[in-house]
Amino acid sequence: MSETFLLRGARILDPAQGYDAHGDLLIRDGRIYALGPDLAPTADAAVVTLPASWVLTPGFVDLHAHLREPGFEAKETIQSGAAAAARGGFTTICCMPNTQPVTDSAATIAYVRDRAKDAPARVRPIAAISKGEAGKELAEMAELAEAGAVAFSDDGRPVSSSRLMRSALAYAAPLGLPIVEHCQDEDLVGAGVMHEGAIATLLGLPGWPAAGEDVMLARDLALVRLTGAKYHAAHLSTAGAVALVRQAKREGLPVSAEVTPHHLLLTDAWVAGERSGPLADALAALGIAVPPGARYDTATKVNPPLRTTDDCAALLEGLRDGTIDAIATDHAPHTTVDKACEYADAAFGISGFETALASLLALVHAGRLELPTLVAALTVRPARAWNLDAGTLAPGAAADLTIFDPDEPWTVEPGRFASRGKNTPLAGLTLRGRVRQTWLGGRRVYDVGGEYPSF
Amino acid sequence: MALDTLETLAAPPLPATTRRRHLLDVDDWTPDELHALLMDAAHMRGVLAQSERLDTLRGRVLVNLFYENSTRTRVSFELAGKRLGADVTNVTASGSSVEKGESLRDTVRTLQALGAQIVVVRHSRAGAADLIAREIAGAVVNAGDGWHAHPTQALLDAFTLERHLGSVAGRRVVILGDILHSRVARSNVWALTALGAEVVLCGPPTLLPLAAVEMYTSRAVPGTGTPRRVAVEPRVERALAGADAVMVLRLQRERQQAGLLPSPREYTARYGLSPEHLRLARPGAVVLHPGPMNEGVEIDAAVAHGAASLIEEQVTNGVAVRMAVLALLAAGRMVESES
Repeated sequence: MSETFLLRGARILDPAQGYDAHGDLLIRDGRIYALGPDLAPTADAAVVTLPASWVLTPGFVDLHAHLREPGFEAKETIQSGAAAAARGGFTTICCMPNTQPVTDSAATIAYVRDRAKDAPARVRPIAAISKGEAGKELAEMAELAEAGAVAFSDDGRPVSSSRLMRSALAYAAPLGLPIVEHCQDEDLVGAGVMHEGAIATLLGLPGWPAAGEDVMLARDLALVRLTGAKYHAAHLSTAGAVALVRQAKREGLPVSAEVTPHHLLLTDAWVAGERSGPLADALAALGIAVPPGARYDTATKVNPPLRTTDDCAALLEGLRDGTIDAIATDHAPHTTVDKACEYADAAFGISGFETALASLLALVHAGRLELPTLVAALTVRPARAWNLDAGTLAPGAAADLTIFDPDEPWTVEPGRFASRGKNTPLAGLTLRGRVRQTWLGGRRVYDVGGEYPSF
Repeated sequence: MALDTLETLAAPPLPATTRRRHLLDVDDWTPDELHALLMDAAHMRGVLAQSERLDTLRGRVLVNLFYENSTRTRVSFELAGKRLGADVTNVTASGSSVEKGESLRDTVRTLQALGAQIVVVRHSRAGAADLIAREIAGAVVNAGDGWHAHPTQALLDAFTLERHLGSVAGRRVVILGDILHSRVARSNVWALTALGAEVVLCGPPTLLPLAAVEMYTSRAVPGTGTPRRVAVEPRVERALAGADAVMVLRLQRERQQAGLLPSPREYTARYGLSPEHLRLARPGAVVLHPGPMNEGVEIDAAVAHGAASLIEEQVTNGVAVRMAVLALLAAGRMVESES
């Protein structure tokens, strides 16, 4: 088998190098060898000709995913999650530690890395901030860093204690790894299951206010000022949070932030089956029908919750002006049983890998987001935020690639997901833009036309 | 035509309305549908007064699936079903497979396999009735789901008010108390505004839902497109001024523990419906309460049992309204199957 490939003909878009042109890419021994117009094929190169309408980018980097293993293998395994990632064009995925046991020990980090050895994506574990994510005592952060953790987070269980958060930031600073916060004041959020506002009033569901996020983020930023440590705000969902991060960056604080596709695109009205917001608008502009959904569709239940059109607009503005560094999926697979119940009792989360790109491309098609910005937010920006060795097609880099047709329409059929989590509010919708191929270390791990192992 | 004259008529004069499979809420009901249902209910009141029994639901299996405690609503549905000839069974969460951890979905599928054609459900979770309606082939009647909806209560309240005020159109109805946690308030806003009333939601600011005016006014009345008239007013004196009716809601004691209220004492003084507060309303204003009451907390005993009170009549009307609802769902308008 040839270890040299020449990929010709597609639009190559690598924001890390400011490269955006039709051209050729030469891969040798799993690494990028050369990039440019009309490269001469070497004698040993297998030539792969791609349509000019397709786009070739660095493999996507996801700073926030739940792979559920160990402990919740009915929801997802590292293999099935990585396969789903590959189908979505993600080649580097950072997995959250809310497993069972919690990823708070070097042994569990080693377990995750071992299970991910032959996976079709690079799996980079995030370790817990506190032992058991209990918010009481720090986990052995130095040892976790040595074992290969890329960041620390008690995701899903915000660090309520200001004292412990200060300690975590201070302790992590010399390790050079970010503290990742799920910004949420649990006391203010209470029993909330969706955004507090008109739709929660309509449906009689307990709401949680946008202020629940803003309060926590404001506290954390004060602690970052105190400690000077690297801090990353997970899945921003409110206009207030965007403003706080913008201000913090202006001050020069070492802060980064991410947003999910669903918080950019969907609103709380989806919980009532009323599909308003940027995705619905963009699809409508493309002439794609968005039929109304069901009331109390538990696929819309996510943490933080879907918010308002104004929040979506602020998040998009934050993404475009660089306030928000990265788009992260917060891929959160669940079983059918976890979701086929009363709304208040359903699990939080959306299975996000396999619809991320196509849903985001709606914003590009509608003229609301530039394609290079979108690709940067999926590649170089997350990689730089966390100093990950990924997200570029520069010669010498690992040949992790995503190749997509930005125009191909397809219908979201969760039954065909590689992910065990079929929970998506986009089921049945037609989207435009599809990942065609994903390459990992110079090897094709996904091809929409090909056969793949199912996990 | 006044509703009390209809009680003596053999059949309602309106043409059959669109058939509905479920009653989940009344948010999408048109004024015509509401009027037709209220007329059916008036006819049913006549049936009840004469101790008659109909065979509209003969051979049908009606299951009362109650996950929350209830006396009046459950008994009311039971009597309504029996008066229409249905086989009625009651299932409560305690003493059923629910206690063994069975999911709501599996429970209703089991009831369906046992032959249930109409499921009346009371549940603590908003959306439970919607969930059941997606699972089974039969009819679902929402007898109260969380804070979301209690449509038969709204229909019986509308019926009671129309009976006494002639019509609620142009009237000012104040809903007083814990609006935030109230399914009764939510469904009443839909029904009463569709019938042309102005609804004022009054309670302590901590018990008022967010963006209620924006939400209701952005959803016009189906069929006519008329904007709904809803106001929120935390000052009780302003809310009650000029009111034609006051609907008092039950105050749960746990609101104090949740930090939403200083004390029942302060609540009673500020928001309890006392004779003094009631005097701020229009002369002849009527008083409703969905029950069960905390007399001396949200309503003074003198008001609850005074001349303005329609509280007991609400209970009686509840049976007639539920008969009309069950007949509508099972057989279109009840007169169709009768004649």
